[in-house]
Amino acid sequence: MINSSLKTLSQMLAKKEVSSVELTQAFLNRIDTFNPDINAYIALDQDKTLAQAKAADVRIAAGSAAPLTGIPIAQKDIFCANGWKTTCGSKMLANFVAPYDAHVISQFDAAGAVNLGKTNMDEFAMGSSNETSYFGGVKNPWDFTRVPGGSSGGSAAAVAARMCAAATGTDTGGSIRQPASLCGFTGLKPTYGVVSRYGMIAFASSLDQAGPMAKSAEDCALMMNVMAGFDERDSTSLQRDKEDYTRDLNKSLNGLRVGLPKEFFAEGLDASVAKVIEAAIAEYKKLGAEIVEISLPNTGLSIPVYYVLAPAEASSNLSRYDGVRYGHRTESYTDLMDMYCKTRAEGFGAEVKRRVLIGTYVLSAGYYDAYYLKAQQIRRLIAQDFVEAFKKCDVIMGPAAPSTAFKAGEKVDDPVAMYLQDIYTISTNLAGLPGMSVPAGFSASDDDKALPVGLQIIGNYFDEARMLNVAHQYQQVTDWHTRMPELQLPQGTK
Amino acid sequence: MALSIEDIKKIAHLARIEISENDATATLTKLTGILGLIEQMQAVNTEGIVPMSHSQDVVQRLREDVVTKTNQREAFQKAAPLLGNGSTQQAVDSGLYLVPKVIE
Repeated sequence: MINSSLKTLSQMLAKKEVSSVELTQAFLNRIDTFNPDINAYIALDQDKTLAQAKAADVRIAAGSAAPLTGIPIAQKDIFCANGWKTTCGSKMLANFVAPYDAHVISQFDAAGAVNLGKTNMDEFAMGSSNETSYFGGVKNPWDFTRVPGGSSGGSAAAVAARMCAAATGTDTGGSIRQPASLCGFTGLKPTYGVVSRYGMIAFASSLDQAGPMAKSAEDCALMMNVMAGFDERDSTSLQRDKEDYTRDLNKSLNGLRVGLPKEFFAEGLDASVAKVIEAAIAEYKKLGAEIVEISLPNTGLSIPVYYVLAPAEASSNLSRYDGVRYGHRTESYTDLMDMYCKTRAEGFGAEVKRRVLIGTYVLSAGYYDAYYLKAQQIRRLIAQDFVEAFKKCDVIMGPAAPSTAFKAGEKVDDPVAMYLQDIYTISTNLAGLPGMSVPAGFSASDDDKALPVGLQIIGNYFDEARMLNVAHQYQQVTDWHTRMPELQLPQGTK
Repeated sequence: MALSIEDIKKIAHLARIEISENDATATLTKLTGILGLIEQMQAVNTEGIVPMSHSQDVVQRLREDVVTKTNQREAFQKAAPLLGNGSTQQAVDSGLYLVPKVIE
């Protein structure tokens, strides 16, 4: 049951083969067993969760169930959920109980889904390994000595270890796709503006976008049907007609033009990852796709540009944490300035402080043009690269991350090495394009562990349904997405 | 441009983050590395390119000037921090937030 698709679970619920309470309890039991080791969840509330499951069972019995009614979903702790502790992985918000629901949370509530709990993440979503979380790192279910990726590392581990039916994540520079690649499941970052950011704790507002993290493309499509949609409370939410993201899943890929950017297969990509990606491309050829070589010449600049723009936006967004109205306030202080400075020094971790400082610097008098404006200009060049590329192809493919999961602690003291994890994902955030990572195989590590590799699929604006189709067809002829790690029961467990 | 310890302290002050001498030194090393990465941008000729602040070319929506939100002060103030300086009370009084005196 824990490895079943959302569609199967929904059918089982409809046929009363299982109740939502039973299904939810099965996941809660699994969380009880494995979460103490993996640390994927940082807030659990069985009473609240089971109350939702009971309500879902009533709704199913009344015959008014929606596709996700009764399905247990893990929520990244970046989404405010009324009455739930919502920390964003930070000491600053360690005791913050959200007084309202994010749009994403109310969408799942309205669909009758069950909130299993809040998942661990890099502090304020700043990180690629989940190691910046105030609540500790998360273990990669495929190898406990390795990181799950980040920033949505808790959701990633929860999906990979089947501690939820599906999960939500957010992606500012790769935070859905890189962990999806490192943990071996399907994750989608939609076009910017498709999912409302209301109640989603802000990191870099022009880049942040929420999306599904699930076992398959079909599951992601069902999640998108719930998450996407116009919301007037987010000024950047796009006014578009409601879509059915499952509509194209079964279309043939015959004649699909797949663009391979040569920059995604250049220096910096692990040979073992390249091999898996090439095998996946070969599979697409068998499915009728036509391969086109393309170029995204400014790919290398996406990291420098991102590390100006995202910290600049973050330094502004995080100025709200001043110890006045909510969150941490230092215990002893002399005056207002002292209160601000101590509160922020204590409440933020090292990586968040670094980014706030960079952001403050690039926006400060005398440097604005050289850094911020320059980065915005190159951002346009990066977006134009994609416009040119999509004249020649329907989707773009390549690796989602340059390597498989790395060891915990390996990059923690080297921010620049950590930032390079997002080399293949960041440019789509800058352009606002949708991107996804799909399990494409495994690669053996030096210590002989089989580690997952993700194939990235980048689509044109609003082309999520096509991308899901492209991923789904691949998942009809491969079984990588059904593989799950063999988890050892902790000692003393019966 | 190379950063100095004094620059780090100045930026930290602008960002309202207290920083110790030791932390400033460690931060200097890390930020210098990150700025080195960022410097790659300077090799690009961007003359005449319109800066891109946002991925979608949309304008701010306007709405009718009517009240849409209800007062939830009590619910919101439940999340207020503790006053500190020896007091374990929340930093609120009569619906207001308490901060150190700023006007003599």
